[in-house]
Amino acid sequence: MAEMRYNVPDNQWPDHPERATLEGKNKQLGFWVFLGGETVLFASLFATYLALENSVPSDDHLLTYDLFQLELAFVMTMFLLTSSLTSVYAVYHMRNNNFAKMQIWLIVTVLLGAGFLALEIYEFSHFVELGHTFRSSAFASAFYFLLGTHGFHVAVGLVWITLLILRNARRGLSVYTAAKVNTAALYWHFIDVVWVFIFSIVYLLGVI
Amino acid sequence: MAATAQKRSAWSVIWDYLTTVDHKKIAILYLMGGGFFFLLGGLEAMLIRIQLAVPNNDFLSAGMFNQVITMHGTTMIFLAAMPLLIAFMNAVVPLQIGARDVAFPFLNALGFWVFFFGGVFLNLSWFLGGAPDAGWTSYASLAIDSPGHGVDFYALGLQITGAGTLMTGINFVTTIITMRAPGMTFMRMPLMTWTTLVAAVLIVFAFPPLTIALFLLIFDRMFGSNFFIVEAGGNTIIWEHFFWIFGHPEVYILILPAFGIFSEIFSIFARKRLFGYSSMVFATVLIGFFGFMVWAHHMFTTGLGATANAIFGVATMAIAIPTGIKIFNWILTIWGGSIKFTTPMLYALAFIPSFTMGGVTGIMLATVPADYQFHDTYFVVAHFHYVIVGGTVFAILAGLHLYWPLMFNTMLNERLGKWTFWLFFTGFHLTFLIQHWLGLWGMPRRVFTYLDGQGYNLANMVSTIGAVLMAVATLILAYNIVMTIVRNERVGKDPWGDGRTLEWSLPLPVPYYNFAQIPLIRGLDAYQIEKEENNGEMIPSEPLDDFHMPNNSFIPFVMSFGLFVTGFGALYFASGKDWAINAVSNMPVHDWALYVLIAGLAITFISMGVRSWKDDLGYYVKKEELERDLAALEEERGAN
Amino acid sequence: MRNRFKNTKLVGLMTFMLVFLAACGQPELSTLIPAGEVGQEQFDLMMLSVAIMTLVVVVVVIMFTIAVVKSRRSKLGEDFKPKQVAGNHTLEVIWTTIPIILIIILAIPTVYLVFKQADVSSAISQDGQIAEDEIVINVRAYQYWWEFEYPNEGVVTSQDLVVPTDTQVYFTLQGTDVKHSFWIPAAGGKLDTNIDGINHFYLVFDDDKAQEADRLFYGKCAELCGPSHALMDFKVNALPMDEYNQWLADMKTMEEPLEASADDAIEGQEIFNNSCIACHAVSQGGNAGAPGPNLTNFGDRHLIAGYLEHNEENLKAWISDPESLKPGNLMSGTYDLTEEEIEKVAAYLMELSVKEGSGDVSEIEALRESGSEDEDTEEGGEE
Repeated sequence: MAEMRYNVPDNQWPDHPERATLEGKNKQLGFWVFLGGETVLFASLFATYLALENSVPSDDHLLTYDLFQLELAFVMTMFLLTSSLTSVYAVYHMRNNNFAKMQIWLIVTVLLGAGFLALEIYEFSHFVELGHTFRSSAFASAFYFLLGTHGFHVAVGLVWITLLILRNARRGLSVYTAAKVNTAALYWHFIDVVWVFIFSIVYLLGVI
Repeated sequence: MAATAQKRSAWSVIWDYLTTVDHKKIAILYLMGGGFFFLLGGLEAMLIRIQLAVPNNDFLSAGMFNQVITMHGTTMIFLAAMPLLIAFMNAVVPLQIGARDVAFPFLNALGFWVFFFGGVFLNLSWFLGGAPDAGWTSYASLAIDSPGHGVDFYALGLQITGAGTLMTGINFVTTIITMRAPGMTFMRMPLMTWTTLVAAVLIVFAFPPLTIALFLLIFDRMFGSNFFIVEAGGNTIIWEHFFWIFGHPEVYILILPAFGIFSEIFSIFARKRLFGYSSMVFATVLIGFFGFMVWAHHMFTTGLGATANAIFGVATMAIAIPTGIKIFNWILTIWGGSIKFTTPMLYALAFIPSFTMGGVTGIMLATVPADYQFHDTYFVVAHFHYVIVGGTVFAILAGLHLYWPLMFNTMLNERLGKWTFWLFFTGFHLTFLIQHWLGLWGMPRRVFTYLDGQGYNLANMVSTIGAVLMAVATLILAYNIVMTIVRNERVGKDPWGDGRTLEWSLPLPVPYYNFAQIPLIRGLDAYQIEKEENNGEMIPSEPLDDFHMPNNSFIPFVMSFGLFVTGFGALYFASGKDWAINAVSNMPVHDWALYVLIAGLAITFISMGVRSWKDDLGYYVKKEELERDLAALEEERGAN
Repeated sequence: MRNRFKNTKLVGLMTFMLVFLAACGQPELSTLIPAGEVGQEQFDLMMLSVAIMTLVVVVVVIMFTIAVVKSRRSKLGEDFKPKQVAGNHTLEVIWTTIPIILIIILAIPTVYLVFKQADVSSAISQDGQIAEDEIVINVRAYQYWWEFEYPNEGVVTSQDLVVPTDTQVYFTLQGTDVKHSFWIPAAGGKLDTNIDGINHFYLVFDDDKAQEADRLFYGKCAELCGPSHALMDFKVNALPMDEYNQWLADMKTMEEPLEASADDAIEGQEIFNNSCIACHAVSQGGNAGAPGPNLTNFGDRHLIAGYLEHNEENLKAWISDPESLKPGNLMSGTYDLTEEEIEKVAAYLMELSVKEGSGDVSEIEALRESGSEDEDTEEGGEE
């Protein structure tokens, strides 16, 4: 039967299970190409932000140095960087055909990602209380669009990885599921890298 | 499956096409969808030319004229030219590289349906309060100013179709990199495959800036942001940059596959290998690369400053070099060949002088100070129609005749085809050549009328007469297509007799699995090599055995339909909201819109979840079936 | 330096051919009959590129024709086996090098002229300061009309642009509602009126060319700006410097609105003051940027609504239903006048004429001279 060919015996588990089938190989390459497009997407968002940074209609609007708290942004960065590391552990165990440990590290990744998202939501609501809303100025629109798009990507990633954990819980590891886990991990690294740029360009350069 | 040629009910055929993931059937879907929008865009073109035939005409009102030009441009670029080229990419590229399907068959179907629903969404604006009217470029200040929902239809519709195109781009990059048959090295790929690869890469990198620009417009018009609202610190020039960072590579997305189709045609109908293959490949890659460096040449009069204008002007001129290389290579390909004047070859031959004229006016437009005069006049209209009609549309018409037997196993009538060609060719030059002078005489583009006594009357009338000829040519083509389908005279393998690349080595109709055995590729023009050395039989690279194929799926259709619904939800959700721009906030509130928005998103995301949750492992084509098919082919050959 | 390509024989020949091959259009609005330095430079560049590009097209078409004619299968026979040629390095080097050379020939004057024509430093400084002694005109584009402000002289007008000949006229350009583009085809290329910032450039109008065009050039909006984009025309009245100065001086005398004289015009003025004055000024009280065009010298204008013949009939038609003449304009529906009232307002408006020679030109001339003296001393200093 067709499905049988995806289930590789344990002693034949390949070094790169995600690329063991043609479908898997396609998926990895295609996803890299997709991330290439995503890079341009975020580059456009950064360009918009830089063009409109601190561009407000009148003096009574809050600017970058009034708003940003590096402490909070740093904690958020730590959450996301650590979650990137834990997703590496998950992929490591996937390659070693250790399903249980892979699942555990994926769960840790989701929890850390959720922590990041919670902090971001807290930060946004704090900004909104200060009067810095999506509609208050061009600067604010650009800020929320850039960070919001990133935050949306994080949320999508969380749902995606959670669904993977649940769907694979009964299926276990095969070269079919391994390809799925690996693309999710790639995606997670990508949004992590984007955050590093947000932290440096938006937060650090914003307060200096 | 396909081997059983029993008469099937209409519903089962429709269901088959709604759920297909087969690149050959998706190609037919793209051909039908793109063809429909091509006729629609052509109709809009005729309305424009009728309105401008005489001065002070009132055939169309000023507002209606702006809607028609906007929809003509948007439809032709996004919904006609690109999908028609993608139709040929789908029909040909997997066969050309020796693959059984594309890398992501499901995504391929999804890409089509998303494009199609986006196009329908955009065109429904005609019936729902008015089409967009800010030009296909929809520059921000005018787009923000535009009343009603027209521009919202534009932004949301393009957002949806753009997503579909992006999927197709990713798909073809991956397919061409991973799915090539053994021996099909990069430097043995036919030029059609090369240009598809480069165009697909351009799609992947060029569409995201458009996505962002459209989001900025959607948020500003409908959700109260301030990206383009100058009083709130916004900047409208951002739109221009993003639009052209997308828009210029888009031009190459349209022209490179056209170059590919013509390269195939020259080679086939001159019975000669492509002259300077490696420099052709190099030039293609170079054009794609330069395509991203020259966007600001659309903005010389925006006031970016002398330094920016000078740099972008010179960079633009540099594109002439790889393009020139291509033109001369094509001429040298037919030089000393044995030319047969088939319909596709006529288009290809007509393309060389026509496209050269469009190319040289492109260089003229790059001479910045002179461009201050050309910009936004009929000179520019003439220029881009020379490259897009003389390049892309000619290629689509040529490709239609060339690949028709591959797609439908019949031949379009050559006599009618030549009638179409001569009428279209004459009409094209009649319409657009004179427009260069109109521009130089001071006629701006996008004017709904012109006053008497400015010396524009005769030229405009000539232009309209040319457009009528093109319309007649299109009608003859439509008649030709209908008659060919009705007659249904089957042709066999390699119907043109001079096929050189792998796709022509296949039996017609092409089996649903394409290749019973993946062939071994021994050089450029793989089929031609075997014609000379192996009696026209491809050498298999694998033993006859079971292989894996993807399942059909209805999910792409449902997921795309979800986006279509989401579009309406978002559009009407903004109506009457006080945060939207005046033009939208003045409209009546629709309470149901929020539910439609949520329902649309739910349909899309749930079907996405279902797709992800279910294991879709495909099925296996059995050795026995292949043996049966091969035996049947053998028998057929014996009978002939 | 001005006409550096003018004497090139080839260019001259090409120009000649072009004149014969196709009409050059009409002197008041054709880019092919340039009316001054800027337009001339752009025209010369155009002709240089046309010459090079004609050469390219001719070479391609000749090669192409030979290739097609020589290689017909109908002539060579069905059995002819073409020689399979992979490529030819020498040829490829040739057709890469020659285009590079041609492009360099074209790129050098392009870059030179880009910088030359962008140089407005003698009239407008980096931070937007305007030199008092130069001819500077602030252009503001509205849907669908043009406002022209002469900041140094304190004069505002609309729709009819008055410029002096044989000197550089500097423009500052700005859009107020959406983006437009300011274009006087005969005088030179266009520049956009953005809503995000001010653009600068200059044009020159030669007096002899102005005479050929009856001193009236056509101006157009070149960027799609809404339904009536096609009708956003204006007229450019190019006058010799002394007449231009006199016109400015005359305009300056109109600090108070003109008193109407005829009976119906007197009534018309009253109606105007009740219904129209909120948007339309009829005096020079420093009111640039008003919602509607300044009508101080309306009676002297050349066009109604920017594109209709200047007579009372058209004016009445315009006031009664502007929407039918310029769809999407902002005047429609902002007032409610009876037919009788419209007639009176029209009579009043047609009376709004600036009396020629009424102003004291010495003040304006002093402004110019102060500048030229400065220039002299500056130049002297540099030498």
